[in-house]
Parts: sequence; structure tokens; C-alpha cells
Amino acid sequence: MPRELKCHIGVGPVVTGEALVATDNFSARYDLDRLQGVFSRPQHALFGQSYKDKILVLNTAKGGVASAWMLHEMKSRGIAPKAILFNQANTILVQGAALADMAMCDRFEAGDVSTLFETGQTLEVRPADGCVIIQDT
Amino acid sequence: MEWFHFPESPENAPWRHNVPEIQRMQLSDEERAILAGEMGAAKRWAIDHQIKVGRVFDAVDLVPVSQAHMMIDPESVGEPGVAFLEQLLTDGARVTIPMITDPRGVDLDHYHPLGQTEEMANLERRTIAALTAMGILMTNTCINYQTIMPPVLGEHVAYGDTGVVIYSNSVCGARSNFEGGPSALAAGLTGRTPRYGLHLDENRRPTRRFTVRHQPAELTDWGILGAVIGRACGSYWEVPLIDGIETVPTSDELKHFGAAMASYGSTPLFHISGITPEAADAAKAADGIPSAEITKTDYDALRSDFGRKGDNVDVVVFAAPQLSLVEMQQVAGLSQGKSFKVPVLVCTSPQVYPDASRMGLVETIETAGGKVLQGTCFYQQYAREIGEANGWKHLLSNSAKIVNILGGYGYQPALRSMEECIAAAEKGEIV
Repeated sequence: MPRELKCHIGVGPVVTGEALVATDNFSARYDLDRLQGVFSRPQHALFGQSYKDKILVLNTAKGGVASAWMLHEMKSRGIAPKAILFNQANTILVQGAALADMAMCDRFEAGDVSTLFETGQTLEVRPADGCVIIQDT
Repeated sequence: MEWFHFPESPENAPWRHNVPEIQRMQLSDEERAILAGEMGAAKRWAIDHQIKVGRVFDAVDLVPVSQAHMMIDPESVGEPGVAFLEQLLTDGARVTIPMITDPRGVDLDHYHPLGQTEEMANLERRTIAALTAMGILMTNTCINYQTIMPPVLGEHVAYGDTGVVIYSNSVCGARSNFEGGPSALAAGLTGRTPRYGLHLDENRRPTRRFTVRHQPAELTDWGILGAVIGRACGSYWEVPLIDGIETVPTSDELKHFGAAMASYGSTPLFHISGITPEAADAAKAADGIPSAEITKTDYDALRSDFGRKGDNVDVVVFAAPQLSLVEMQQVAGLSQGKSFKVPVLVCTSPQVYPDASRMGLVETIETAGGKVLQGTCFYQQYAREIGEANGWKHLLSNSAKIVNILGGYGYQPALRSMEECIAAAEKGEIV
């Protein structure tokens, strides 16, 4: 039975996809090989894994401002996550998602996203409604 | 580092608390006209973007800003981003406040030797043409607070480049969020930015307190100290208050300190007791926040992640942030009479370069075998591609920031002091 989790209002469209979950933080510049569409920082928990069309679930954003342009560039080439869910986003990732029209949500009422969601679950992300629905619980 | 924990509160676990009711942003008559498209499609995009972002952060209105600073290197922006800029220009984009730029990705006078392609250079040329036509000043620097016009206490600005933001907020007392390129551009077009985050008093209060028990000795130590604190904070929404600094640091030392803190922690603001302008007020609001001590062990632990004595060095980089005139003098002094075995790249701003050239500093560095680049910064220069083109994997730098970034670009970065970097450049390995 689907389970709805409330969060803060986010940005971007309604999307459905497969969750890829880690407790690590995220930066498009620091962590990704954007040409190959994989996590490229050896120390990252998702090192070597593809993020294409996934719903990334991570702790928070880190690092610099480049991610704001990079999300747009990644989505324009069709090698991008469908959505990113954080415990708490920073300004850069939200700004980047707004430009890229990528779904992004944070601040979940029920607690830590890394325990609320599991890799492989099918999630429906509804940023304007401030909620995410786990479809296959 | 040992933490002293206090009961969970909104300050140390903000996402666990109730989501506030969303408020609609209040817009002035002029802002409503912009949103209605009465001032052109470019401005309409800008304010629509700002409203989308502002809603996520519960901004109640827009705040006027006096300056904007935009990070926009071609590797990050890509062809789609440049096309977006060109469309905005076609739609009438013209900035309404002074707006400047972060370092470029291609030094158009020196890109073939680095292995950068004509395609990269053309993307850079299109970016420069579009931004110039919008009225943006192509300053190409991440040290504008040292070379252009530092903001003043309480001044609301819209700055990009995390190093610029953290220095301006902390050392100057200005008020800026991290503004990514699109949002900085939107601020330049509207002369405003959503009033959230660091524009508000409540988000400038300290959330963690650190007591420094081992004094940083030189620039790299300051970078390491910033990295340790940034890593411990680990969030844009944490504000460290730092006690125990025994001597007043220089601008360059605080530059490396802040840049590293922002890089490791996404941290946009710090207070240092007795040094930074808002520290005294911050201390009054620090009761009950978690506290920790920083010892030599913390420095050593971070340093140990980045290189060992005897490791090969393929390239030495001084950058991130760009070097001030004083740093240029220091590198030149160390390079005097030396002969480098491996490439040494030195990135400085277009404002510093002419002085460094006039004073013979550039010639001294280049006579030793180094190369001084102006208006760029290494990690923003297609770092992966130039590393592959030149066979560079083992990169050595005195910047704690750059070694944090480049691990994801296929490098094995190492961190040493400026003196040790020059010694390694002579020998081809870490000494």
C-alpha cells in the first residue's frame, strides 16, 4: 500500500522513479563524472553507480556553486537524476533545480531521509504538494 | 575532536521539526509588473526563478542588493547553458546593478598548451560575448574582496563562488547566500534577491562553537583549520563561532580558511572571537550550542588524507582561491633561481597580474619553469580533460580547497605548504 511522507514544498515537476539512497552529501562538481553519468569520487558511498533517471536520496549538499549550472547541463543532455531528496538542501542545489526544472524536496516531517527510503523503492515525488509517495511498500 | 552534545533542538537537527506553513511572497508593484512581463522576458524569467527559490526557503519578500558576482565557467555551464544565456540576451537581458564575474574556464591566451580544445575556447568566447552585452563586468576573479570593491558591514549582495561569499559574510559583515550562477544572474537583472538564509539575523547566529588549541602557522594550516571546521559543520545551515585564535590573521590567511571551510562544509559564514565584526554579538547568542576543541591531531588527520613523502608529483598548482599580489611575491621569492622538473601553474586575477608582471614576479616564476595564468582557476578549467591530456594524476597544491575538489576529477591530490610545493616542483616528488 502506498505511503505518503510530508516534506517542505520543493521545486520542479511531479516525477516517478527508482530510489538510490546513501547517507553521504552531494555536489555535482565534487562527486560526479557527468559525461559517464556515474559517481566518480572514490570516497563517496555511491562510487561507480549510475545516477541517470534515479531519485537520489542524500543527506545534504556540499561544496561550491557550480552545481547550480551543472544540473541544467546534465538534464539538457538527458543524463541526470529525475529528482533529489535531501534532509536539508542548500541554496545552490535548489537554485539549480529551479533552473533545470528538476524535482527537489527536503525537510521531511518523519525524520532522516536515509532511513525513510530504501534503494530500489519506487517513489513519486510531488514538490508542489510537499510530499513523496512510496509506491511499493 | 570530541563533541559535547546538547539535547536535540531546531538548531542542530532542523529537519526533524514541523514544516512551517508556506507563505506567499510579498511583491511590490514594480515586482508584480516584472512578473507580468511588462519589463521584458528576461526580467520575467529572473523574478520567476527568484520566487521559485524563495518559496522553498520561506522568503517573505525580495531584498534589494547592491552588487552581484556570478560563477559561470564553461565546463559547468556547458553548451545548453550558453544557449540559455544567448536566449536571455535576445530577450533583452541587461543588468541593473554592478555585476562581476568569477574566474573563466579558458585563458584564451594559453589554452592549447594545457590541452584545452577549440570547442572549449569557443564556448568561452560565446559566454564572454553574451555577458558583456548584458553589461556585466568581466572581472574574472574569485578575490574581488581583495581587488575590486569589498562589501561593507550589513550590505546585502548576491555573490557566487563560495569563497567569495564566506569571506564577504564573515570578514566584511556583508549579507549574501551562496548564489549559484543562475540566481546571481537573476539578481543582476532584477537588482534583488529573495530574503532568506544569510540575509536574516536569525540565520547568522552561531550553532556550533570551536576552541582552537593549535595555532595555524601559515596559509595551508589556515586552510586545514577551515577544512576541519567545515567538515565538522557539514551543512549550509551551521554557523561556527571560533575561539582561541591568538594572533590577528591576514586577509590571505582568512581567504584560505574560509574557502576551505566552504568547500568541506558548504558553510557560508563563520565568526572568530575578537576578529570578525559580528563575533561579539554571536557570542551573546551562543549559550547551549555544541562545542568542541581542535587540536594538532585534527590538523594531522586531515593532512594525512593528501599525500606522503616520496610520492611522485605530476603538476604543482597554486590556485583556489586566485593568488593575491602578496602571495605572488611569496611564490616568486621561493622560485628565484630554481629550475622546476614538473609543471607549476599559478592562477591569479586579471587585476593582480599586471602589477605582478610590472614588478617582475611573473618573470621570476616563469624563468624557473612555472606558468602564470590570469583570470582562471585550475579546478574551473576542465580539470578532468586537461589532466587526461597532460597525463597529470598526482597533483600537489597548498590549497586545502582544491585538493578536496579534485578527487572527483580523477586526480590523487596532495597537500603541502607553499614552500614544500616549490621544493617538490624542483625534485618531482614530495620532499
